[in-house]
Amino acid sequence: MDRAAIIGVGTTKIEKSKVGETFADMAWEAVNKALSDAGMTIDDIDNVVTTSSDFWDGRTISCMAVGDASGAAHKNVSCVEGDGTYGAFYGMTRSLSGSYKTTLVTGHSKGSQSVSSLITNSSFDPIYERALGMDMVTACAMQARSYMHRTKTTPEQLAGVSVKNHGNALKNPLAQLPMKITIKDVLESEMIADPLHKLDCSPVSDGCAAVIIAHESVAANFKQKPVWIKGVSFCADSFFFGDRDLSRAKALTEAAKKAYEMAGIKDPKKEIDVVELYDAFTYQELMWLEEMGLADDAMAGKLLEKGEFNMDGRLPVNASGGLLSGHPVIAAGLYSMAAVVRQIRGDAGGFQVKKAKTGLVHGVNGLGGQSHCVFILDKDK
Amino acid sequence: MTDQFQGIEPMVYKSKINVPYSWWAGDTASKFYLTLRDEKKITATKCVACNKVFLPPRKVCPSCFTENTQWVNVSDEGTLITFTIARRQFAAIPSDRKVPVIWGLIKLDGADTAMLHYLDEIKPESVTIGMRVKAVFSEGRKGNIRDISHFKPVSRV
Repeated sequence: MDRAAIIGVGTTKIEKSKVGETFADMAWEAVNKALSDAGMTIDDIDNVVTTSSDFWDGRTISCMAVGDASGAAHKNVSCVEGDGTYGAFYGMTRSLSGSYKTTLVTGHSKGSQSVSSLITNSSFDPIYERALGMDMVTACAMQARSYMHRTKTTPEQLAGVSVKNHGNALKNPLAQLPMKITIKDVLESEMIADPLHKLDCSPVSDGCAAVIIAHESVAANFKQKPVWIKGVSFCADSFFFGDRDLSRAKALTEAAKKAYEMAGIKDPKKEIDVVELYDAFTYQELMWLEEMGLADDAMAGKLLEKGEFNMDGRLPVNASGGLLSGHPVIAAGLYSMAAVVRQIRGDAGGFQVKKAKTGLVHGVNGLGGQSHCVFILDKDK
Repeated sequence: MTDQFQGIEPMVYKSKINVPYSWWAGDTASKFYLTLRDEKKITATKCVACNKVFLPPRKVCPSCFTENTQWVNVSDEGTLITFTIARRQFAAIPSDRKVPVIWGLIKLDGADTAMLHYLDEIKPESVTIGMRVKAVFSEGRKGNIRDISHFKPVSRV
């Protein structure tokens, strides 16, 4: 199979409220940063994929709000609704299609402009479920309860994820919530929806990220050393909450397995050096690690306590600070991707980890991780 | 940002997205709601190929991609699979529900999947995974999910 590489990344600072910027203004910044990172001009871009959500954007065909600022004029531009990793997946397939050599992928959202609870309530089935008034936070709280019950993971272990990731964010100038906090701070923060405290939850955020994905035939033509996509897969589970075992993420296990196979990874625990995963809530970091086979079943909490997922641990997870430290929905997966690309290139700055040859990027779509996307990136082709 | 914007106070355009919308419930959900409204019975669809009973009922089996051709009555009693308790009055919570609001995933006897609903008539601290619960039907049922008012603990005699 032909190969593709990520040859440029650009991200805005993640902020609570970018009141001075429209969606297009954010895209303009992220796209220009990615082009400059890659050493490209907009003329070097063959086609554009934008990633956005109409409900979050408060308009239909939300992709069109950023087309101009993404340099899509007179180009083939297409849109993905979902996490940025899904936009990147589509962008990669376009670069491999034979029709295009380079694809610019953007993802944007502003949580600050609407009411998260109402937007995420709208993702419940309108006929059977929506009127009950649940949203992403209460849905994930239910999943957290289910996961903790099965694995005996403790509130203190969940809190440890928050302490680690907010602490990591102190080294990332683009993070929204760098904080030196303690487990006690997390446990004493407001109980929002049992068992999730305020500091177990990611904040409302604004941001835009862009990545440039190139076919192997042109990947070395520009400034950056390419970071190779070695494996990728996404997989979805049942829509209805009650159809799934919420304490598990079957779709993630499947997606990770396929991505490892494609990348030729036999023992992910040993072969993967650095991970950025979808920690919208603390329990998710532990649960996703187990479901991807990066921690033994029901053990992630204990391994976290031993420091294994610290920036200097056996397997650094969310060294950038993760989404707990800034969560622009939709753009999120591209932020994670940009962070892993920087790790592998060795230019992650303050949050650079020691060994970063092979990295994993994980994105999520849907309530409580209905669908998961896993990328394996590598320094070597 | 370039200097030309120095001292400019960002303006905010306040509005809302608000579009009336009707969802045609379809014949499967219509049958479910008619039975719930008129007979206070909870019904589900069954896949004959994998022998699974789905609640909420839907026309196609999510496991094996065949049409669910049978209807079965399920019990109004079941087991609590998981739950959460909202402590903050989130915007999505209906105005007639005040925190603490408890939602549960309830697997009714006779069903293979669990349904979402409220738990009530119980203190939040007494809710446990695995507890037995029973549906309480609403007065003045209108043919929607709130024709079940909530689930309450099954009292042990």
